[in-house]
Parts: sequence; structure tokens; C-alpha cells
Amino acid sequence: MTSLGFVLKMAAREVRASPRRLLLLTTSVAVGVAALVAINSFTANLRDSVRRQAQELLGADLSLEARQPLPPGAEALIDSLRGRGAEEARLTNFSAMAYVTRTDGTRLVQVAAIRGGYPFYGRIRTQPEAAWAALQSGRHAVVDPSLLTALRARVGDSLALGETRFVISGIVASAPGNVGLRAAFGPRIFIPAQYLEETRLLGFGARAEYEAYLRLPAGVSAEPVANAHRATLRGERVRVRTVADDRERLNETLSRLTGYLGLVALIALLLGGIGVASAVVVFIRQRMDTIAVLRCLGATGRRVLAVYGLEAAGMALAGSLVGAVVGLGFQQALPGLLADLLPVDVETAVSWPAIWLGMGMGLWVALVFALFPLLSVRRIPPLAALRRDFEPERHPRDLWRWVVALALALSTVGLAAIQVGSGRQGAIFAAGVAVALVVLWAASWALVRAARRWLPGALPYLWRQGLSNLHRPSNQTVTVVLAIGFGAFLLGTLVLVQLNLLQQLRLSGGPARPNLVLFDIQPDQLSAVQRALREAGLSFAAPVPIVPMRIASVRGRQVRTILADTSGAGPGSASWAFRREYRSTYRDTLVASEQLAAGTWWETRPRASSSARGPRALPGISVETGLAEELAVGLGDEIVWDVQGIPVATRITSLREVDWARFEPNFFVVFEPGSLDGAPHTLVTLTRIEQPAARGAFQRRLAERLPNVTTLDLSLVQEALERLVDRVVLAIRFMAAFTLATGTLVLIGALATSRFQRIREGALLRTLGATRSQLLRIVFAEYFALGAMAAAVAAVLSAAAAWALAKWVFEGRFSPQPLPLAALVLGVVTLTVVVGLLNSREVIRRTPLEVLRSE
Amino acid sequence: MLRCASLTKTYRSGGRELTVLNDITFSVEPGGFAAIVGPSGSGKTTLLGLLAGLDRPTAGTVHLDGQELGELDEDARARMRGEKIGFVFQSFQLIPTLTARENVQVPLELRGEEADARAADLLARVGLEERGHHYPAQLSGGEQQRVALARAFSTRPKVLFADEPTGNLDARTGAGIIDLMVELNRDLGTTLLLVTHDLDLAARARRTIRLADGRIVSDTAA
Repeated sequence: MTSLGFVLKMAAREVRASPRRLLLLTTSVAVGVAALVAINSFTANLRDSVRRQAQELLGADLSLEARQPLPPGAEALIDSLRGRGAEEARLTNFSAMAYVTRTDGTRLVQVAAIRGGYPFYGRIRTQPEAAWAALQSGRHAVVDPSLLTALRARVGDSLALGETRFVISGIVASAPGNVGLRAAFGPRIFIPAQYLEETRLLGFGARAEYEAYLRLPAGVSAEPVANAHRATLRGERVRVRTVADDRERLNETLSRLTGYLGLVALIALLLGGIGVASAVVVFIRQRMDTIAVLRCLGATGRRVLAVYGLEAAGMALAGSLVGAVVGLGFQQALPGLLADLLPVDVETAVSWPAIWLGMGMGLWVALVFALFPLLSVRRIPPLAALRRDFEPERHPRDLWRWVVALALALSTVGLAAIQVGSGRQGAIFAAGVAVALVVLWAASWALVRAARRWLPGALPYLWRQGLSNLHRPSNQTVTVVLAIGFGAFLLGTLVLVQLNLLQQLRLSGGPARPNLVLFDIQPDQLSAVQRALREAGLSFAAPVPIVPMRIASVRGRQVRTILADTSGAGPGSASWAFRREYRSTYRDTLVASEQLAAGTWWETRPRASSSARGPRALPGISVETGLAEELAVGLGDEIVWDVQGIPVATRITSLREVDWARFEPNFFVVFEPGSLDGAPHTLVTLTRIEQPAARGAFQRRLAERLPNVTTLDLSLVQEALERLVDRVVLAIRFMAAFTLATGTLVLIGALATSRFQRIREGALLRTLGATRSQLLRIVFAEYFALGAMAAAVAAVLSAAAAWALAKWVFEGRFSPQPLPLAALVLGVVTLTVVVGLLNSREVIRRTPLEVLRSE
Repeated sequence: MLRCASLTKTYRSGGRELTVLNDITFSVEPGGFAAIVGPSGSGKTTLLGLLAGLDRPTAGTVHLDGQELGELDEDARARMRGEKIGFVFQSFQLIPTLTARENVQVPLELRGEEADARAADLLARVGLEERGHHYPAQLSGGEQQRVALARAFSTRPKVLFADEPTGNLDARTGAGIIDLMVELNRDLGTTLLLVTHDLDLAARARRTIRLADGRIVSDTAA
């Protein structure tokens, strides 16, 4: 028989004899693998669905979009393609107030005015079925079902949109690219484009998007056409989209979402790794005698390592298999959880690469973590078979431990990189994990030192005995604090991030804050609006002027040139900032949601009339810091604006931080008063109406009198946002449940590592006269200290992590949430003490003699 | 067969040096049967560990079958144990997860030798042919020690080390185990080294080495 034969045979016998002993190992692996397989399979399904449904999502081969009527260049391209046999459809999208004359319902809606046979691919299904085909045959409107609910309307009702009445001819049952939650932000209305003019809604200052959709004839493919014109059209502020663009963009966005969910799964697996390690520690302790005997019988350390390494691998493989099966089950749940957030219908299918990857990762993590304690079996001396109390000599320099540690670190980086698809983010993730571990390790070290040095002699004996266990030889302080602390840290971070996101939304609401925004008020309508507000007995904010404009040039460089530049000096990802329409204002003060970040506000400059400023002194503007970064501009730089065809040259005199989370009229660019005198503008104002019914009634009256004025009900927006966050949070919680499960396994495993010692100590104390309740109090003292230390450090760490995430990832404010943190600490301490006491029940149950005999 | 010279073992304990064995020199001829006796703490078990190559001496040498143990690294000593040494322990030390027969097979399997038939033979020899498929927990103490003997002799070792082999057994069972050991010693020519504090047991040996405080105080042939 070969050496391998012995190893295989021995490992198989060990598995046969003790599958239960390694149940903890198997379960720890299984939970992590289940989480990974579920999320990775789902990601694969999602990609597959995007690939198959991308053409239906666009509804055409090629589309051109602009924030203004399509410029001549775009029209020329469309003409030439039509000449080659392309079919064309047009959509004009904008927001407007809609109300139903029969009921008193009013709602801000997204109008899509359609001309031509849109969509060319995929189908918009309606109820009744014929409504879509009949849309163009009159003043018909097909609407989202949520609008009917909001307006208490039904099919057949008359719907007012601007100055035109449409008949609701059907509802949208399903449409490609329907994101469930989008309707919450503004239900859609499809109308025939031929009646757009008579609504008179697209007057000055109205924001609309103009889109052309093209179905290309056979033999003409979209990519070359798009690529040939993309740069020049971008110069004219036209965006070109193809099916391939959409696919790429969607995949990018969606993989960010699934990437983060995948990281949560990876955390579950890594925590599971700690569970594996403690399971192996316990197992080896049980097999000490066997290993010593094997060594006496002539087995080398390496062979013994191989036997138990193989056994651990076998159990890890079993865990991976179970995890893969369970993960496939959970995979079925994910599309339902995320459906409202996704533009595609995800069909679940078995993804073998995801399964192999999940199982492979599980096996690898289990092996690397198992190797740490397994390495010590090489050091179990044969002498231990002769003397039970043998204390092995310390071998501080085991090169292999460093090798395994390095493998562990590299694995964490590598696996995280695979999961989020970016080496840099993988490294950041691993660094975060490392910092948390180092802090926890330092804390446990401090706890050991403190227990040894400063244990007050005045403490009752039972407490001193329990707390002394923290520093006694072969104590478990470091293991337990690391395991519990890390689990609690991850959990705490998740909870804090979630609470902060929700908190930010809530901040913007609250009593006495405006909840209704009135947009698009033409200057000559202002008095009518103010009259309506006064009649309703409402107070309102001073109207803010809004001047629509575009950037003409930045630091002397024409935007057209910048946008068309495909070299490194081009706009890159910032092209939106050059292309967009800016809705700027002018005022002489900062508002509550702004903070000056650099430069000086014009109040501090001597006010001067434009003539006194001289030709070189341009009017000042204040730019939001994020935008300044996108445009790559700073203080003193010159920007020329195109204000309805009139060039206005300005100089940046200050930068502002803006808190966008507050629902207030916030602006990217604020002009110095006087610099936009005479520019065409609209006005916006805010008010607050407590009762939803009264709010609806007021919106309705306003919509009847001034149809072009749109009113935005902020409480509806907030509700929609909360639903969105709830959805995302639900998905994260779903994945975090795996983390919690492995965290508990880790806790059980960590405490099990010291179980034998505990039982023996307990038995000895009982022979010396300790009662059961005294023993329990000793155990309580120790686990209370362990749990409290781990939880407290974890709380601080998770607050720091959540703060960092809030600052750099979510770019919002952070509030520390002491109550949930306290609850977390309490929960962790309770769990530690309960598991610790359960772990010690054998101390109480077995008689001292039984224990000492079995030694 | 077994020769030690100036064997000394000291431990460091709480900053103090503790000399457990002090300048031990003796040798045992092939096929011999020696008992090492002494009170608890006299260094018997430590001496056994050093002679069997389970531990390294602080000073001095051990020669086993002509090989100086100090020249071997840990792996080579493990291989040598597998080839030349058998062990019997006070607490039997059967591997609890293996059946009686598998326990006997392990040393053979470690050497890559045919194990099945030989293990069956040996179990028959110690009178346990019917109990080969039982686990240690299902066997009595005397039966366990007989399995341990079968395991110790499975590889036909040159030297058998026995550490208080009857310590956990009643007098009659213990005597049976010693009979078996003597019988195997006679039939196979194995050198026997017995460590015990039981003088009746030591009387069965052909030679008695008495230890006290880490030194040999007497060395008498029967």
C-alpha cells in the first residue's frame, strides 16, 4: 500500500467515525456557498436576460435623444437612413399635470407623445388589447394602471392634459423595460404626437426630451452608423443609443448592484471560514491522542497532516455541495425580491459556472482556514501518548503559518476582486477586513492585559475567577473576541448604513417643511399663483427664478469641440455635465442646504453696477463642488453660458457644497444678482398642505387654471424613495441573513474550542466545593466580559465603517444612531452569554468524578 | 540492541532548571526483558520516551539497533518507530474511531504492507478473533490491551516499550497481559522494556533497573 493509500484509508475511516463532529465545519461552508451560489446564479441569469431582452428594451436598432428638438445634423442622419429603408418613430417625453374631469384626482405624470410604429421590437401590451393599435386614431391616452388608482379614474374617462382632453382608452399591462418602481415617481401616459401642440404644454422653460427611434433595414447594422456619427452628434448634444450600448450600460449598473450583494455573500463565506477554523481546532483537540499514537506507530507529521487535511477537505466538499443545492433554492427567491428594481424579467436557470465558482470558493476558503489549525498537528509530539498533561514546546517560527496567512490574505483580495469584478475594490474590501481584524485583535490583547494587571481585588471572588479566565493559559479571549466582534461589526455596519439611508430621506420630510413644489410658473402667472395660494390660506416661500441655459464654452474651449473630442482631453464620463441643460438661479445669499467650500460669496465684495465693473470684471457664479470636478474647473475659471441664444460670460468666484438630499430648490450654478437681468425665466415656489386630500384639491384647481404649472407632491416622491430603499434594503437583508447565520455558527464554534477545558475546570472547582450556581456565575462573568468587549469594539468599528461609507460611497451625512448600536451590543452580549452558558451545561450536568475519570 | 549513555534530561519550568534524568547509562541485549521501576516522579516515563525516540535528551545518546537516535530528524525517527518499535500504553491508546482490527492494521498500512490477513492472525493470537469488528469502546479494558499488544507486535518490532501496561487493569487481567507479552517475547525474540511501579510485575522481567530522583540506584538481574 502506498503512502497515499494509507492517507485515503485513514481519512475515510475518520469521516465514517465522526461525521457529526465536523457538522459545524460543513454547515459553515454550506451557508457561505449557498449565499454565493444564490447571488452569482442570479447575476448570471440577469446578464442572460439583459442580453436577450436588450433589443426589446430599446424597442429599436438605434435611437437619437436630445434635450431640445433634434438639431439639423441629427435630422439629416435620420433622413439619409430613411432613404436606405429605415423605419422611424418619434417620442417626446415631458412632465405635466393630468387630471380627470369626472373625479377630482390630479397627478404629475410622465407624458410620452408618440408618432410612428414604436416599439419596433417587443410589445407594449394593453388592456383592452386593441388600445395600443388604436392609440393614433384619436385623442386617446394609454396610461399606467397606477395612474387610474391615483386619480380614481377608469378606462373611458376623460383626462385633461394641458388644454386638451383625451379619452383613457386603455392601461399598460406590460412593456419592455418596465421598472416596477418607476411608476411611483410619475405614472406614464402615452398620447399621439399629433395632439401635442394643442396641449400647449411645451412652452418656454418646459423640460422635454426628444427621441427618434429607428428600425434599420436588413444589411445595415446599428454599430457602424452609431460609431460614425457619435462624436459629431455629441457635439450637438445628441445622444446615440444602440442595443449594444444599452446592454453594456445595463450590465454595468446591474453588476454594481449584484456586486455589492455578492460581497455580502463573500463576507458570509469568510465568516464561515472562521467557523471552519474553530471546528478544526475542536476536532484536533479531540484527536490529540489518536494523532500522538499515530506518531508513535511511525506516521510522520506530514502524513498525519494529510490525513486530517483530507478529512477536512471531504467535509468541506460535502458542505459546498449542500450549499450549492440550498443556494439554487434561494436563487429562485431573488428575482421576486428585486423585481421592482430591474428593467428586465429575470428567468431563473441553472448556471453551472456560478455553481462551480461558488463551490470552488467555498472549498478554497474552507481549506485555507482549516490549514491554520491543521498545521499544528505536525507539532503534536508522540510523547503526548505517554503523558496526557504534556504541554508541547512552543515553536514560534513555523514558516508555513506565514505561508498560510499570506494565502489567506491573497485569497480575500482575490475572491473579493472576483465578486465585485475589480481588483482595486477587492483590495479595499480586504484592507477593510484587515483593519477590523487588527483592531479587534488589539482590543482582545488589551483585554487580556487588563484582566491580568488591573483586576480589582475588591471584586467578589466569582467575578475575579471568571475574569481571570480571560488571561489564564490557553484562554480563548482572542479567538472569541475576533469571531464575535467581526460578525457583529459586519452586521452593525449593514444596519447603520441602512438606517442612515432611511434617515436621510426622513430628514427631508418632517413637519413644517414644504411638501408641495410649484414649477414652471411663467413670470406673468406669478400673481395668479400667489392669489391662488392666498385664497387657499397657504403660506409660501419667496418665488425663486429659474433661468434655463447651456454651457457654450469653458476656459475658452467650445463645448462642441470638447464633446466631439474623443482623445484623452475629451469629456470622458463627464460629458453629461457639458451637454445638459442647466436651470440656474441668481440670489445674494446662501440657503440652508448650502455651504461655501471655497472662494468668497459676492456679498463680501463691494456691489458694483455692471458698467462700473469694467470690461474685465465678469459677473461671478458659484458652482457646486461635484460639478466643478466634472467640468474640471476651479476658482477664477471662465465659463460662457448660452442663455436662450445670448452668450453670458462669467467667472467662478466660489464653490459650494450642496446637500441634495434636502428637497429644496437646489442649484448647480448660482449667478450673482444682476447678471441675468432680462433673461427669460420661470419661477418656482414651495408651500405646505397638511392633508393629502387638500393637497390634491389644490393641485387640481391650479391645474385647471394654469395647466402649464406643474406641482410636485414631495410626500409622494418621498414615499417612492422609501419604497426604493426598502426594496434594496430587503435584498441586502436577505443576503445579510446568511452572514448572521454564519456569525452564530462562528460564535458556537469559538466557544466550543474551550469546552473541554471548561468542563474539566468546572469539575475540579466542584470537587473543591463550588456549587453549580457559583460555577454558572463564573462562566457568566467570563462570557459577559468577552461579549461586551467584542460588541463594544464592533460597535465603534461599524460606526467608523458606516461613516466612511456614508462619506465616500453614498455621499451623504452620517448620524451615529446610538440606540440601534446599543441594541446590537446588548444582543451580542446576550447571545454570547447564552451560548456560553449552554456550552457549560455539561459542567453542571456531569458529576465531577465522571469528568475526572474520563481524563 | 538498546544502549543509552550519559542520558540527561532537564526541563525549564518557571525560570528554574529541573533535572528529570541525570547521567543514565545502561544497555539491553537483543531478546532481553528489562523492567524499569521506581516511585512516581523518578523519571521512568521520561526515560522510556527518550529510549523510544519520542523526545530528545538534553545530553547523552541512545542507540537503537545500532542507530544513534540523535542523528535522526523527527520524520526519520517516526519511520524508525514504525519499523523497529512497538508500544503498549497504560491507557491502551487504541484509536477510538477504528475497529479493533483496523487498529492492528494501522502500523502495517503505514509501512505499506499487506495488513488484512496479518491483523486477523494477530487478533487470533491474543484470543480476539471474534471481536475484530468491534470498536474500542465496546471492548473491556483487558480486551483493549490485548488489541494494543496485537498492534504492537504487528510489525514484528525489534523492541517493545510498555508503559505501565497493567496499570488500568485488575490483577488477574494484568497477569494475563504480561503472560502474553512474555510469550510473544519468547516466540518472536522481541526485546522488551517494561516501565512500572509494580514490583510483582517487575519480578517477571529478567532484569530490574531501579530509578530514584532521575538516577539509577540499582540494576539487578533476576
